[in-house]
Amino acid sequence: MDGIVLKVVYAILSLILIFNYGMLVIGVTAKIVARAHGRIGPPFYQPYIDLLKSISMRTSVHHGVMFWLGPVFRLTGGIGLYMLIPAVYGSEWLQNFSFSGDLILVIYFIFFGMLGMALGAGESGHPFSAMGIMRGLAHTTASEVPFALAIIAVAAQYHTLSISDIVAAQQGGIGHWTLMTNPLATLAGMLAYLGMMMHSPFDLHMAPQEIPVGPVTEYNSSYLALMQSNRSIFASAKLILFMNLFFGGATSIPEMVVKTFLIFFFCVFVGVVFPRFRVEQSVRWFLKLPTMIGVLAVVIYTVHG
Amino acid sequence: MDKEKDGVLATIEEARKSFNEQDYYCQELPKTVQPVANKIVRGFYNWAQANSLWILGFGTGCGSIELPPLFTPRYDVARFGIFPRPTPRQAGVFIISGYLSVKTLKRVIRSYEQMQNPKFVLGLGSCTVNGGMYFDSYNTINRLDYYLPVDVYIAGCMPRPEALMKGFETLKEQIRAGKAEGANHYVENLEWYKANQKQIIKDWDMPEYNW
Repeated sequence: MDGIVLKVVYAILSLILIFNYGMLVIGVTAKIVARAHGRIGPPFYQPYIDLLKSISMRTSVHHGVMFWLGPVFRLTGGIGLYMLIPAVYGSEWLQNFSFSGDLILVIYFIFFGMLGMALGAGESGHPFSAMGIMRGLAHTTASEVPFALAIIAVAAQYHTLSISDIVAAQQGGIGHWTLMTNPLATLAGMLAYLGMMMHSPFDLHMAPQEIPVGPVTEYNSSYLALMQSNRSIFASAKLILFMNLFFGGATSIPEMVVKTFLIFFFCVFVGVVFPRFRVEQSVRWFLKLPTMIGVLAVVIYTVHG
Repeated sequence: MDKEKDGVLATIEEARKSFNEQDYYCQELPKTVQPVANKIVRGFYNWAQANSLWILGFGTGCGSIELPPLFTPRYDVARFGIFPRPTPRQAGVFIISGYLSVKTLKRVIRSYEQMQNPKFVLGLGSCTVNGGMYFDSYNTINRLDYYLPVDVYIAGCMPRPEALMKGFETLKEQIRAGKAEGANHYVENLEWYKANQKQIIKDWDMPEYNW
């Protein structure tokens, strides 16, 4: 088969894998949280049923062109992010389109979907949407600061902007992981990760008791279905990114599943323990401790490295 | 100075217009949408809709106190795929929990019409059946199905959460059998429903159909 055709086939297969993986992670997490509450909880395949139900809705209401494009941008951000990250190191079909400068593009793509969503949800005109967007953008901008600093520190440490090369440099046991060789950058990155996953205590764009469901208030039926599928792709793409940057990547699918699941549970556990921040608290928090740790990591690895 | 005064007056004039005269709302009326023709796909969709019921978080009367226990470990309706949803755009099940005052009826209609087809209504408590203990109240409606198409009634004052769960079970059976076509029924008989609603709601300051 032609080289590029094969790549496209691999990309689609890889996308199907990650979509299903994300759906199962969300379903299994809901089950585990329910068990922690002492409930039986929804079946692990509940996200699939919810998605199918959203698709099967017979009518949908929209508020203009940007309202349509919001979920499309969001999904583009999710798929674009995933397509730039090598999911499994050394695997031919899960290598995706990783290239030498992908780290910079990845930072951009994480924010891209959010901006599209902001425009789309803004057109819906619902006050909760506008409030959710304001909170979400302020908070995400703040959490990007320690994340960017952690990425700069990692790039300076490995002298590369390619995620594949960063993963390659971490092979050979747990002692080679960034977690061990650059704990400050890992700490800043993982604190930023808490904010980027938007779980409690950073679920302030959704704020279940104040501005229920936030930006997506007006989204319904198939628009919501797009967003539900993006939720699984985007979340698992971010998990894989953090696994690649700080936890040595993965050389097989089971290794990827175990590592990303543990990384995901880091934010679930934090969310179970801590109540929600207000937006100014969250912004201040990100700009204090995680940013300082990030600056320290950058200073150490640019001066000494 | 005069010009500014004119501007202010014009704004006040605009605001005095009724809501139907202002160009804020879509004035179109809804159409019925039939389910998918293919029998297998339709069955599959019905199954998905029965197993993913999103309740609109809108408690109208005292019966709404029966809803929170549903999500606790004792009853845990999440295992049946039932979740609360705060926005009518995404919700599929509207529980009218108990007596419905005239003021609330207006909000209920607005919320119901914002929900997407297919949508289902559960009448919880005797008040929705015949007025219950408020049958002679000046301020509540007596029969819910004059104003909204009701799929399942749950009688009692108040019904226990178990009764509510049985109601959900009945609703699921109806959805799976393809019999819960309340949304289409509402559209087909829109004139009758609107006439009934307007008898109760005297200050009708909203469009004919709230999209």
